[in-house]
Amino acid sequence: MTDTTNPLGLDEHSHGSGVQVPDSKRDARTRSFDVADFPVPTGREEEWRFSPVRRLADYFADADSTGRLSVSGDLPAGLNVEEISLSAAQELGILEPEDRAAVVAANRAKTVTHYSVPAETEVEGAAIIHADGTGNDLVHGHTVISVGANSKVTIVVEHEGLARYSELVSLVVGDGADVTFVSLQLWDDESQHLGQHDAIVGKDAKLKHIVISLGGDIVRLNANVRYSANGGEAELLGLYFADAGQHLEHRTYIDHNSAKATSNVMYKGALQGKDARSVWIGDVLIRPEALGIDTYELNRNLILTDGARADSVPNLEIETGDIAGAGHASSTGRFDEEHLFYLMSRGIPEDVARQLVVRGFFNEVIQKIQVPEIETTLNDRIEDELSRSVL
Amino acid sequence: MSTLTITDLHVSVNTDAGAKPILNGINLELNSNETHAIMGPNGSGKSTLAYALAGHPKYEVTSGSVTLDGEDVLEMSVDERAKAGLFLAMQYPVEVPGVTVTNFLRSAKTAIDGEAPKLRNWTKDLKSAMENLRVDPEFASRNVNEGFSGGEKKRHEILQMEMLSPKFAVLDETDSGLDVDALRIVSEGVNRAKDATDVGILLITHYTRILRYIKPDHVHVIIKGKVVEEGGPELADRLEAEGYDRFLQAAV
Repeated sequence: MTDTTNPLGLDEHSHGSGVQVPDSKRDARTRSFDVADFPVPTGREEEWRFSPVRRLADYFADADSTGRLSVSGDLPAGLNVEEISLSAAQELGILEPEDRAAVVAANRAKTVTHYSVPAETEVEGAAIIHADGTGNDLVHGHTVISVGANSKVTIVVEHEGLARYSELVSLVVGDGADVTFVSLQLWDDESQHLGQHDAIVGKDAKLKHIVISLGGDIVRLNANVRYSANGGEAELLGLYFADAGQHLEHRTYIDHNSAKATSNVMYKGALQGKDARSVWIGDVLIRPEALGIDTYELNRNLILTDGARADSVPNLEIETGDIAGAGHASSTGRFDEEHLFYLMSRGIPEDVARQLVVRGFFNEVIQKIQVPEIETTLNDRIEDELSRSVL
Repeated sequence: MSTLTITDLHVSVNTDAGAKPILNGINLELNSNETHAIMGPNGSGKSTLAYALAGHPKYEVTSGSVTLDGEDVLEMSVDERAKAGLFLAMQYPVEVPGVTVTNFLRSAKTAIDGEAPKLRNWTKDLKSAMENLRVDPEFASRNVNEGFSGGEKKRHEILQMEMLSPKFAVLDETDSGLDVDALRIVSEGVNRAKDATDVGILLITHYTRILRYIKPDHVHVIIKGKVVEEGGPELADRLEAEGYDRFLQAAV
């Protein structure tokens, strides 16, 4: 069930630092809209032990925020937006926050921005929403995306600028719907971004959730999926590039609570520079009722220089044997000198050869994104990361 | 005309246990249009010669020289050697995930020529080279060597040689792992390159069968890192009949 194949010739296999012994079942973790249910994290908690908790105190404080993001973008026909209350959002069936930062964000967000698509509606083209930082003041945000039965939509949220942002994003995917949600972190170097993205996936519905984290000082995003009925499909893709001093943390949790569903998680990251840090935690819980499900998680990290560190921890809890498949692969390794030699032996200069190999490493994810509207941005930003590389 | 001159070349391979001497003084002169076969049993140092010429970091030249038209090859980086006109068809071509054959070949051609190839000619030349090597067109969009069969990898090496038009090509056991048909197709590719570009070939092989298709002008036998016998094509015929035993016994 465990695939540790090694197409890059990566020479280390990491399951994180130390043996992973969850304190209890994954679903034993608190879920609530009440801030009081979540003590302020100390950094010893399972869900916070990889995070720079000392620097996150402001995000745990149950206090109002004064900052704002500048939000713009034309919405295609069929995609509507309105501001609603938290109680109205809860009535839409959103999942509860799962950590202190998310519950504070949900309660302290001034309003809930609700994007909705009615049933039986195919929204043409991707909606590109720019959510740009406007400064150092803390921002709490809560976004709900609800998509009616048999509808189709692609929503991209592009984050740029300077911000200290904590958000809850709640996706409600109707039966038979097809939703792609992309969160692009192209922040300035000093920005911080904590987020919980929750999705509840309907009967035979399809969710593609994509995070691309390139900019920012600290980015910590949790993507959680649960199914409201049988037959849902979830594909979670992630791409990150950590430079010196950056902390990029991504956590995924697939709660297989229904039958015949599938989930596929693929996160790939490159790291370069002193104290470049990435964390990937991939939790999958296969409950007794999750008959016939199929799940796979993959995380690969490419360490380009000394002084960078990647943690990669897949956790699989299986409570029924009657499934189609469950597996994971995780690897963290250095740049392969044989790749470099082969390309250079054909005349390709070293810097170009390194860029080709890193681009190649990311291609597996990029090829699956398939949102043409962000291809140029994504290519430019990755080129930019590579050209700034200290290779 | 170009000349590749190898003089008293000593090479060690870096292993976990330290540097291990493999080549103990190789002398060889290869001119354009010539084909030299380097023959020898396993472990004689044939592949070490190939990698040392290409500049693989694991192989360290401890003394001797290699020049291409008087230029010091050993001073050049790996890519500079390729730009100077050296090509190594590898025995074990490396898989490069996510990099397509098209992208790879175009990057290499651009680097070697110093400018991007004219798209129209390039596409046409690549297509005809691929047809000649009986390579499936979808090959171009596959990742370099990923999931290629042994024969496909070798054809891909020869495809690169044809597209990059080197002055000298070192073919490191290009015949190994090929069935008769693939061997013929690959050999035809080498012969086409010889006709088209006057490329000088250093053909490294354990066996004589590829010499039925690619005719050598000179044959050198390497045993334990030294050339022990040299001659014309007739030497290959003798090896076919006698094997390497007489050299190995003499070397003990």
